Amino acid sequence: MDPTAADVPESHTKTSWVANDRSKHSRRFDLFFAKATFLAGWGTVVLLAWIAFQIGYAAWPAFQKFQFGFIVGQNWDPNSDIYGALPLIYGTAVSSALALLIATPLGVAIAIFLTEDYLPPAVQDFFKFTVELLAAIPSVIYGLWGIFVIIPITTPIGNWLNDHMGWCPLFSTPSYGPGFFPASFVLAIMVLPTIAALSRTALRTTPIATKEGALALGATRWEVIWQISLPMASTGIVGAAVLALGRAMGETMALAMLVGNNNQISASLFAPANTIASLLANSFGEASGLQVAALMYLSFILMALTLAINAIAEVVLERTGANRQRG
Amino acid sequence: MNLTRFVSFGGIAISCLTILAMVSVQNVKADQVTLNASGATFPGPLYQRWFAEYNKLHSDVRVNYQAVGSGAGIKSFTDGLTDFGASDAAMSDTEMAAVKTGGVLLLPMTAGSIVISYNLPGVTAAIQLPRDVYPAIFTGEIKRWNDPKIAAANPGVNLPDLAITVASRADGSGTTYNFSGHLSAISADFKAKIGQGKQVKFPGVAGKGNDGVAALITQTPGTIGYVEYGYAQATKLPMAVLQNQAGKFVAPTPESGSAALGQVPLPENLRAFITDPTGEPSYPIVTYTWWLVHTDYSAKPGVADAIKGLATWALTEGQKLSPDLGYLPLPDNVAVKVQAALTQIK
Repeated sequence: MDPTAADVPESHTKTSWVANDRSKHSRRFDLFFAKATFLAGWGTVVLLAWIAFQIGYAAWPAFQKFQFGFIVGQNWDPNSDIYGALPLIYGTAVSSALALLIATPLGVAIAIFLTEDYLPPAVQDFFKFTVELLAAIPSVIYGLWGIFVIIPITTPIGNWLNDHMGWCPLFSTPSYGPGFFPASFVLAIMVLPTIAALSRTALRTTPIATKEGALALGATRWEVIWQISLPMASTGIVGAAVLALGRAMGETMALAMLVGNNNQISASLFAPANTIASLLANSFGEASGLQVAALMYLSFILMALTLAINAIAEVVLERTGANRQRG
Repeated sequence: MNLTRFVSFGGIAISCLTILAMVSVQNVKADQVTLNASGATFPGPLYQRWFAEYNKLHSDVRVNYQAVGSGAGIKSFTDGLTDFGASDAAMSDTEMAAVKTGGVLLLPMTAGSIVISYNLPGVTAAIQLPRDVYPAIFTGEIKRWNDPKIAAANPGVNLPDLAITVASRADGSGTTYNFSGHLSAISADFKAKIGQGKQVKFPGVAGKGNDGVAALITQTPGTIGYVEYGYAQATKLPMAVLQNQAGKFVAPTPESGSAALGQVPLPENLRAFITDPTGEPSYPIVTYTWWLVHTDYSAKPGVADAIKGLATWALTEGQKLSPDLGYLPLPDNVAVKVQAALTQIK
């Protein structure tokens, strides 16, 4: 339903007619509305700053005690009031990176499948809709699915790999059930819609004329995808992946159910680990004293990381938007 | 457009009416007392049942209990946000000193056992775990099911050559506090390596809540973990037979749990920690769980009488509901002693 050129003058006259005839009351309302939107906009900024301040304030006792050693400390032991965040930062980074490693190729492949005209538009819409529906599934359902479907599949795989290739650090432990691999696998499916949808948008910005030009010069479809579409959409795809990384790092419920909740650093893909979000969700109920401050410090780190990553994604995606306008 | 506007106005109107209706109901029953309470999750199901039953008998007393965890329960009670609290670990002296107004009284209201459950394919008989063995399993020192120490205590049982995976609670909990307290009491090695706490560093995997631990146990062969007796009973998890201080192997049952409770005399302040009960028929891991009440409710009219009435009923009729839900009824002398303490509430 794009507005056609003929519509524009008509709507113009219509609005100006309304504007001339506006009552004082209506103008006042407009002014009020403008102020309200202004307040709501700034309110969001203030809210963010306020949350950051509150968390920072609550984290202060832990910051004073551990300072930056907190980030490299390897022991998280509430029982002796020793808090080191490295196992949690490591767990968060590895599980998200692993999820991205699985989800990015898959998501980009889906996006290519849905933008090159392999399928009639109706079928394309059906696939697009289905992939987007994945984003609508609550994360606790993903967690349950992980426990009852994925873990029983990954456990024998992990044990087999440990038996036969145990010399490799990646398979150095048997599977205890929950662990990095099942958690990352489920996480990958959770961020898949983000990557697929944003990559699809990026791929669509490739001008048809460029593609047709390449085809006319004798390029195969394969060459068009690899040498025209993907390079032109690369910024957008990177932005999609970074945004997905931000989502993956903040994901809580499914990970709390699947990652094994053991604060250790292990190279093994099947070892239990823990993430910042999962530890926070599990610990706050019974925490007291310095533990609360340490958890707040951890929240602050997670918030800073996800804000930074989201900001990077925004900048990258903004640049694709600019590209599109130029094209 | 008109229709959507109509529908949304209708929605707003209905919500306003509902709020008005709720407000007016509150006004009509001015003599109704609502007690706000929060705390331990472990006795949560029993408390909810008690409060529902009591409300059937006394429609003027309504209890709003939130099972948010013992630590959060103590905090809300100390801050004066709730009328009473509930905790699996009795408040410490410092915690009690932090209560500024109204005083504190700790009332043991029910008790429970903590059991060790496991997943051993092909083993149908309940396995027996000696006193020197089960703490070593939870420190990670004993690593395989066919360890000679386990085999020696279970003659005739074909123990598989399987790695032991320890499953524990990921969330801070009174169950972990009491379980690690017992293990610390009977094993110096456990005390040095892990110690007692609401959230301690067990090896292996961890899940949220009893249900999370139970899921870990049922899913992976070779897993061993600790859950509350009522939960293990309801979900039909196998429960290990443990050796008590007297050297006897005792299965977790309501009788063996009550026997353990009976061994510990309750001091005047009603705080008793049963880390290692004596007596031949005693099951070794049992714990009381407490209500935290004020002694002075003069600022809140009606609350003192409502709490006294509720507690008296819970200590008499309410105890009969405990075994059905997997909790231990208080020994008679304990129930009488706690009832006597209720007179301090004013």
